[in-house]
Amino acid sequence: MKRICENTMKAEFPSLSCNESLARSLISAFVMQLNPTVSELADIKCAVSEAVTNCTVHAYRDSVGTILMTAKSYSDRTVRIEIKDRGCGIEDVTRAMEPLYTTDRESERSGLGFTVMESFCDKLRVISKPKKGTKVTLIKTLSKICSAT
Amino acid sequence: MDFENGNVKLTVEGDTLFAYISGEIDHHSAKSVRESIDTALVSYSPDVLIMDVSGITFMDSSGLGLVLGRYTKTSEAGIGFFVTGVGERIEKMFDMAGLYRIIDYKEQKDEKNM
Repeated sequence: MKRICENTMKAEFPSLSCNESLARSLISAFVMQLNPTVSELADIKCAVSEAVTNCTVHAYRDSVGTILMTAKSYSDRTVRIEIKDRGCGIEDVTRAMEPLYTTDRESERSGLGFTVMESFCDKLRVISKPKKGTKVTLIKTLSKICSAT
Repeated sequence: MDFENGNVKLTVEGDTLFAYISGEIDHHSAKSVRESIDTALVSYSPDVLIMDVSGITFMDSSGLGLVLGRYTKTSEAGIGFFVTGVGERIEKMFDMAGLYRIIDYKEQKDEKNM
């Protein structure tokens, strides 16, 4: 059965750390329409928080740039979220995705951002070009709604 | 000594510094929590630091960095370190990061002498 895109959202905001919670609120409101479980919603919020934090901490570092977040929901209850920046990009994506790898030990970054995204979503895709930016795609299919008996 | 700053409340009882963390812990909020705890560690030189995380409503890997960072700091200073009040969600994060392999977990704070 062909799945149909049922709803979309686009948001653009500056890479200020206070916008990490804004991104979580936005994605929560979007996903809530699909009646997710508490755990599914928490997983998505956490994964989005990690992706947006990466833009703030790594992509734009000491500057402030634009973060673009788009979300789509499909008829099979799949949610696809893209978080894009036009920051410094990642030289070696495979290495950046290794658990505990961080370029920012000073600020006590745990190096687990991508590990969290990978663990809490069904699929994670990272496309990056140095000096051009990074696009992180998070995909999660929500469980079916159980009808009341 | 009682001190409260946004997402953290600090209390000293005897030789123990209690840090009650609450609200949403992300990269934005973790910094001030970290600074408050580290200042109290220097000011009061406790023998034990207990982080109570029962009031946390959201935590991402910045929270893991906060816990791991305090573990490193207290280990280097010879201070005991425990985490208490770990709910289901934070347990999932701790499990993922393998934190239980290095950090002692307490069911309740009154077990500290056990």
